[in-house]
Amino acid sequence: MQPRVEPVWSPVTMDYNRASRGKRAEWRTSSHNGARSKPTLAERYSVFNLLRHGIDGKDWPRVWHEHDLKQSYDVVIIGAGVHGLAAGYYLARNHGITDVAIVDRGYLGGGNSGRNTAIVRSNYLTPEGVRFYNRSVRLYERLAAELNFNVMFSQLGHLTLAHSDSSLRTMRWRAEINKLEGVRSELIEPHEVKRLVPYLDVSSRARYPILGALYHAPGGIIRHDAVNWGYARAVDASGIHIHQKTEVTGIDVEHGRVTGVMTTRGRIATRHVLNCTAGYASVVAGMAGVRLPIVTHPLQAAVTEPVRHFLSAVIVSGTLHVYVSQTDRGELVFGASVDPYGAYSIRGSLEFTEELAGQILELMPSLAKVRLVRQWAGLCDMTPDFSPVMGRTPVVGFLVDVGWGTYGFKAGPVSGEAMAELIATGRTPDLIAPFALSRFAEGQLVGEKGAASVGH
Amino acid sequence: MILVPCPFCGSRNSSEFRWCGEVKARPDPNSTTQAEWRDYLYMKSNAAGWIAETWYHREGCGRYFRIERNTLTNEIHAAEAGSPVSIDADAASESIGIRR
Repeated sequence: MQPRVEPVWSPVTMDYNRASRGKRAEWRTSSHNGARSKPTLAERYSVFNLLRHGIDGKDWPRVWHEHDLKQSYDVVIIGAGVHGLAAGYYLARNHGITDVAIVDRGYLGGGNSGRNTAIVRSNYLTPEGVRFYNRSVRLYERLAAELNFNVMFSQLGHLTLAHSDSSLRTMRWRAEINKLEGVRSELIEPHEVKRLVPYLDVSSRARYPILGALYHAPGGIIRHDAVNWGYARAVDASGIHIHQKTEVTGIDVEHGRVTGVMTTRGRIATRHVLNCTAGYASVVAGMAGVRLPIVTHPLQAAVTEPVRHFLSAVIVSGTLHVYVSQTDRGELVFGASVDPYGAYSIRGSLEFTEELAGQILELMPSLAKVRLVRQWAGLCDMTPDFSPVMGRTPVVGFLVDVGWGTYGFKAGPVSGEAMAELIATGRTPDLIAPFALSRFAEGQLVGEKGAASVGH
Repeated sequence: MILVPCPFCGSRNSSEFRWCGEVKARPDPNSTTQAEWRDYLYMKSNAAGWIAETWYHREGCGRYFRIERNTLTNEIHAAEAGSPVSIDADAASESIGIRR
């Protein structure tokens, strides 16, 4: 029996149990945290203000502010990445809850949210997965307008190549599940793949010839930093405090419930803590005495110099363990599978670039002379079934939004929305119920390995 | 790429091995409850620091051995020569599917 989550008082609906949904994004005028009043037209990002600032030379207003750490908050979110910031945003927007602190030991968006390869898609394998990620894609589609921040979501299409019969079968399976959930995905032939991406080698000369692909039209790339900053700006304006360079060193649990959080800047009394720390999920959960089915693996990525635009879709190859996309600036961004051992190190390795180069040149031989400019890594919280862990834990008041592995950024908005609803109402939304921590004890895993990453 | 000190073959690149995960006490499958068994299968300590773990020398001697490694720095304490080898069959088959 899962312990009850105490919902947070919602000043918008004046009760504990009902959330106000679907309200337009509002800049709250009243809150315990001294929210600034609704931004004037002068503070919005617009062509008019761009011209005005160009003429009067004044600075734009600060995008987010520093605050003193209060002694207590209604909700403490640990981790100021896209998941933590989105949870804060939807707590304010949908439920009017703004007595929230989002703490991060580094700078906001400096973890995996700033290190991913910025791909957004919903072409998953299970119906639960497809429904979930589809909601995220829909939220991303209107995010720029809602946040008044250009997140540069470019839905240029997503191709998952199939190099074997069994792979083709999985693509067909995914296409059918996607269609059933109303998501546009279809299986296409090699000549159609060639038409979409002329630089791909679809001949039979390749070591692993392309037999077809899953084409997912709504998929694409986004500017991950912009998403983090856009959410942070809205969160800050709503009155929620973002505390950067504030490390959580302990979580106080008394009689099985959370009573506070210890940080490097002092103690915060609180009854609601949300763990959004990705690679450090187990470390933070351990502070509350909670064990997770997570192993942290480094995930590396690399980027080339900018080149003329030639790639009109995101290309993924499960067989070759590699994926590539081209940013608006013309850089090619590459990713592959996680490092094959658990570690908390974010160093790159030559082994990664060597393998990556080999596989990419398999796909597109003409890239041989392109120069690799930079490589980096993030820390991925991997679960046994490649699905996240969201919701309650055996400690009352300690919630988790972790286990995001190599597929967390695309789920930022929907996770924030769902966790905000759980915190505000005390009820787990149906969309995330399959991802409960209890599924491991119950043997009800949600197997998304076939669609979640290229590491198979 | 880290160098893994195989007690039988010496220090070799990690690409020759498969990482089998942290060492866990395996309950007796004949007398354990379903909950205990699933806890053993799925729950991890995932410590940020020194852990005891099993490696399998896939492209070498083909034996399993146990070492201690600091997951933050990848510093390794080698297994002593002749120390008991950990034949952790479940750890060997349980992996997240990386085939190298």
